[in-house]
Amino acid sequence: MKRFSSLPIPVATALLAFGACGGDAGGDGTSLAGAVQIDGSSTVFPIAEAVAEEFQIANPDVRVTVGVSGSGGGFERFCNGETDLSNASRPIRESEVEECHAAGVEFTELSVAWDGLSVIVNPANDFTQCLSVEELRRIWAPDGGVSTWSDVRTEWPDEEIRLYGPGTDSGTFDYFTETILGESGASRPDFQASEDDNILVQGVSGDRYSLGYFGYAYYAENQDRLKLLEIDGGAGCVAPSDDTIEDGTYAPLARPLFVYVKHSALQRPEVRAYVDFMLSEAAMLVPATGYHALSEAQYQEGLAMIAEAVSGTD
Amino acid sequence: MSAGDWLTGSDAAFDRRRKLKGAVFAGACGAATLVGVVSLGVLLVDVIIDGIASLDWRFVTALPSRFPERAGIKVALAGSVWILVLTALISFPLSVAAAIYLEEYANRGWVSKTIQTNIANLAGVPSIVYGILGLALFVRGLGLGRSVLSGALTLSLLIMPVIIIAAQEAIRAVPPTIREAAYGLGATRWQVVSRQVLPMALPGILTGTILALSRAVGETAPLIMVGAVGFIAFTPEGPMSPFTVLPLQIYQWVSRPQDEFRAIAAAGIIVLLLLLLSMNAVAIVLRNRYSSKT
Repeated sequence: MKRFSSLPIPVATALLAFGACGGDAGGDGTSLAGAVQIDGSSTVFPIAEAVAEEFQIANPDVRVTVGVSGSGGGFERFCNGETDLSNASRPIRESEVEECHAAGVEFTELSVAWDGLSVIVNPANDFTQCLSVEELRRIWAPDGGVSTWSDVRTEWPDEEIRLYGPGTDSGTFDYFTETILGESGASRPDFQASEDDNILVQGVSGDRYSLGYFGYAYYAENQDRLKLLEIDGGAGCVAPSDDTIEDGTYAPLARPLFVYVKHSALQRPEVRAYVDFMLSEAAMLVPATGYHALSEAQYQEGLAMIAEAVSGTD
Repeated sequence: MSAGDWLTGSDAAFDRRRKLKGAVFAGACGAATLVGVVSLGVLLVDVIIDGIASLDWRFVTALPSRFPERAGIKVALAGSVWILVLTALISFPLSVAAAIYLEEYANRGWVSKTIQTNIANLAGVPSIVYGILGLALFVRGLGLGRSVLSGALTLSLLIMPVIIIAAQEAIRAVPPTIREAAYGLGATRWQVVSRQVLPMALPGILTGTILALSRAVGETAPLIMVGAVGFIAFTPEGPMSPFTVLPLQIYQWVSRPQDEFRAIAAAGIIVLLLLLLSMNAVAIVLRNRYSSKT
């Protein structure tokens, strides 16, 4: 048990990885130590985990921890000064910004990836190919008057529409309700909710007249059990795919995922190195997590924002 | 007398019905027992089928990874063992002392009655409430941070009511004649408690403690509140170290979109079960040792 952790650290490896991370962090050439504390959204967790794992291998003396308190729980800790970075699947709220300011926590918002929310139905559903945003709104609104598929379009079967979606604590729920219903949390309450997207996959795949929504990664892993719907955001029906999510045509259900960085923490070389590492490696690491990478220029922009934040607080 | 009258006067059919009732009741109780055993058996078989292929020494000693074939349980296992040992060290002496006080020393006034009622109520408080308490009291109030120690203290609060109640039952089960005989020979209260009551009650106390610790080892919610993390690639170096635990790691894996993670989650469950079984084994060994002494 002890053997692995007490291996002598190959300093050269650490230095090599350092050169590759592109930033000017820790320029004195010594290997990094200290701790990087991250918490926040479980949606962003797979990305944070990938970055942390690679960074940890390159810098074995830095103690990286990634929590899963959720976007809101993460911000609470972040604005309390307890964490260095906060992952979020939605932008920080005004009330949270105020909390941060009150505690003297200055921060920079970085986008790290795109997530395409997929709207899915059972594979046995052969009548639905595409839904407009307005139809989605009527399905999910408390006053939308939809209880059967025929309420959505009259030519569809007169069968009860059974809804599956993420729990009300999740950033995904917040984003979907805000984008589709115009107000965060304004969803009808009579749907099957689960914090575990695999449960939603099971629910929809076992229920002929069901409809649900969740992150694209869960559709990608279960394509044979689910049917993906196209979404008409006003410019015709578009299915989520790598291309349509990355170029923004899968609107409005492609959402950015965020990492918030505390300025005062950037003064510590290990945090600076971690953030630079994240932005330089994201293009390579993000696709394997089931999310979509931003463009190279967008990551460069993030690096510039970090450099500016560091010089601004010097 | 009248009962004897109608028994002797009863016909054979009545007697058969009477016996049938007994048989039905015994059968119902047996079936109730089977519900537990069968569901445990099904669960075990299901988990072992899913997980046994992924379970090897590499899995036990490898660090966590986002690649299922590389991921291991080492950090979570070490975290669980740390939490378990610290929780046992904190909760056992406190709970046993409290039980001894309540049973052997306290006057049976309204104070001890109030304490007793509170302990019974605390045993039924949802674990997340302890998590919130731990966050406010240990993590932030006492400034212990998101450490193994905060987690162990929180879980200690969670299981102490259970241990106290079990210990009280065990102490109450020691025959009063033993105490009276000891007092009669001139023993002090300390001597009676330490040499007669405690050794006789210890097997029962240990059983209660192990059951409580088994609950602690499976807890996730309060530990997330006090800061168990999702990704951590080093084992705890001391009580102030950050940590994760087996149930949280397993949950992390189960909720992934990829099927491969569910296989290693099953392997993680087997490791958790083995940890529980070895805890029980230790308890049985301890219990037998103390039982044979008295």
